[in-house]
Amino acid sequence: MKESIEIENSMARKFEKVCQILEENKYDKNRLIPILQAVQDEERYLPEKILSFIAVSLKVPPALVYGVATFYSHFTLEPKGKYVIKICDGTACHVKSSIPIFEAIKTKLSLNGNNKTTEDLLFTLETVSCLGACGIAPVVVINEEVHSLMTPEKTISLIDDILIAEANYVLA
Amino acid sequence: MCSPNPDLYLIKETFLKKTADLKRKIIICSGTGCVASGSEKVLKEFENQLKINSLEYLVDLKFEHKTDNKILVSESGCQGFCQMGPLVTIEPDGILYVKVKPDDVKNIVEQTILSNLIVEDLLYNNPSDNKKCKGHEEINFYKRQHRYVLKKCGTINPSDIDEYIAADGYSSAKKAILQMSPEEICSYITEAGLRGRGGGGFLTGKKWEFTRIEESDKKYVICNGDEGDPGAFMDRSIMEGNPHEVIEGMLIAGRAIQADEGFVYVRLEYPLAVKRIKNAVKEAEKRGLLGENIFDSGFNFNINVMEGAGAFVCGEETALIESIQGRRGMPKPKPPFPSKSGLWEKPTVINNVETLATVPLIIRDGYKNFRNYGTKNSPGTKTFALTGHVANTGLIEVPFGTTLREIIYNIGGGITNNDGSINKNGFKAVQIGGPSGGCLTEEHLDMPLDFDSLSGIGAMIGSGGLVAMNKDTCMVQMARFFMQFTQNESCGKCVLCREGTKQMLALLDKIIDGRAVEDDLKLLEDLAGAVKTASLCGLGKSAPNPVLSMMNYFRDEYYTHVVDKKCPTKQCKSLLTPQIDALLCKGCGVCVKKCPVNAISGVRKEPFVINELLCIKCGACIDACKLNAVVGG
Repeated sequence: MKESIEIENSMARKFEKVCQILEENKYDKNRLIPILQAVQDEERYLPEKILSFIAVSLKVPPALVYGVATFYSHFTLEPKGKYVIKICDGTACHVKSSIPIFEAIKTKLSLNGNNKTTEDLLFTLETVSCLGACGIAPVVVINEEVHSLMTPEKTISLIDDILIAEANYVLA
Repeated sequence: MCSPNPDLYLIKETFLKKTADLKRKIIICSGTGCVASGSEKVLKEFENQLKINSLEYLVDLKFEHKTDNKILVSESGCQGFCQMGPLVTIEPDGILYVKVKPDDVKNIVEQTILSNLIVEDLLYNNPSDNKKCKGHEEINFYKRQHRYVLKKCGTINPSDIDEYIAADGYSSAKKAILQMSPEEICSYITEAGLRGRGGGGFLTGKKWEFTRIEESDKKYVICNGDEGDPGAFMDRSIMEGNPHEVIEGMLIAGRAIQADEGFVYVRLEYPLAVKRIKNAVKEAEKRGLLGENIFDSGFNFNINVMEGAGAFVCGEETALIESIQGRRGMPKPKPPFPSKSGLWEKPTVINNVETLATVPLIIRDGYKNFRNYGTKNSPGTKTFALTGHVANTGLIEVPFGTTLREIIYNIGGGITNNDGSINKNGFKAVQIGGPSGGCLTEEHLDMPLDFDSLSGIGAMIGSGGLVAMNKDTCMVQMARFFMQFTQNESCGKCVLCREGTKQMLALLDKIIDGRAVEDDLKLLEDLAGAVKTASLCGLGKSAPNPVLSMMNYFRDEYYTHVVDKKCPTKQCKSLLTPQIDALLCKGCGVCVKKCPVNAISGVRKEPFVINELLCIKCGACIDACKLNAVVGG
């Protein structure tokens, strides 16, 4: 019982934040994309319940909101990991061997098949088409930080650093 | 909040007076490339070292009235030479230090700032003759360029509007608003022959004129900063390095078509560009250069900044308009063109970032001066993002009509091997225009590059990405890479684009896996033709270009894959038949352990052999062997 109340409360808090975002955008349906961006920044993904809530609030069909949320690659309907690793696979990075980096991390994080996120929700691995940092290719971005001239070994040592930091964080 | 009618002359004078007695300027490049290489730490360390040496310094001129012989530590936009970053320029000495690490800063302060000496180790080393280059003008990468639109990128602080005004910024907007009629502006830009830098190459002045003559209570100007081509970053650099030039271009466009509202649509993948543009809009509003009654002329103009959400197709103008309106970014049939019915069905002008940034320069220097550069039908200069297997990668600007040889060998410093060493005979091809463009080969090295010469051979300038490829690049793999990209980014509206690209991709996979037959090549070409014909927008229409042009120029390579089941560059693992060189093999057995199908056998310390019947050509043994004794067939 207590647990379900807690869940209710956390949902209510989420919706409160969404309401604030809607408010800031003046409930303008033309601003759907900025609204979804702000919600995703907050939640790290777009939960289905929130999508329906946004549709009702903006007085548009839920299919429209869902359609936009699934069209753009930035939006995700599944929770992402705490650390999002983006491997740039634009032309310049590709010709400078970005795929071996991707494969190495995939093995390192034991991600199988189409899984992008580790089970402990710590890492998400994805490729992006071009980050415009082609002069320093290949590029790996972890959350907001851009790492230049990468190799599989360098990237794996970055991940090891994060794992160590996380372990220390848990201990502390 | 708005100060009406800003006195540009006064702002300029004040700024110049303020900076006249600066002792030195330390300019640290803070474009995305240099930031990724650690330029922020370098900047912090400069502050720290100057403090330690009790040197007086400034980091922001905005709040200072006097500079009193102090040192200015300033950030700049992208200086283009990203690979050598972080870049530090010391003025007025004209020294350029490359690959500066925080640990080097102490040395720079002690040697250069305190004792006027040059730190030789941090200068750029010309790889062809090992000569140290002191400043920009000695480095081939810069010397051979003609930086016109990018001139201020990398020298001025993008966050300080006054510095832009001091460099005669906003004077063109003032002239256009106060001294020229909308009609005059359109014909002036047409006269200059400015063509859209985003790919199509349509005459900008004409586009404006079509929108100007439409009667409507509301019109819009959109700046297309959705630079999605992988391998291109010209627009990012301009937005990051000189955002005010883009805003000024939009102001002039707004005046020309009599619009009062503009949108800048920037890719979400460019967070720094978003930040700088937003900041520039705010500063321009504060100075009264955006808002109501600009220069007391009765002309109003406001700019909104909108972030994309990661869809390549939104670079197409009708899709971009849909996206601003909060919908799925799917293209619409033209006509009606945006000039008639664009954003919210109102007449709209959409220009690319670089095009808009060129406009103020044309008005400032005159259209005749603009026509002095470039070719007759493609006047002016063009920025290119030079990347891939070249020694110097980065952002460059050259007049139209420059040859590929000049760009690759003189500016780019030649083709490199995969390990980075220069290979004089390594040139294979250049992909121009990203996933919509085509490839250029050795026979095109001396062809002048402009809109018309390229479209004549099935390629296009596109937005200007130039990716050089060395002899170890497999052209089937490259074609597959671009096909995969367009297939991912197809919005799904047109059947031929959605399904056709998928089938083309499957055919390319067949070739790479060694399952293809000769007829598949014919099928691939037929399908390419169908996708080109039956797609609505530029994405689908140009999606087959890379495959077609690569098949055209490297037909033998495709045949070798299909008929001989061999990959000449040994990139396609399924086509490799690994063999062990008995002279090199020491019989260590590492490959035996790695082989997933136990196809390798032999006696220890004696050469091993691969059983071709069991081998699945995975290439694991090639990767495993440290003696390079296993070679692909």
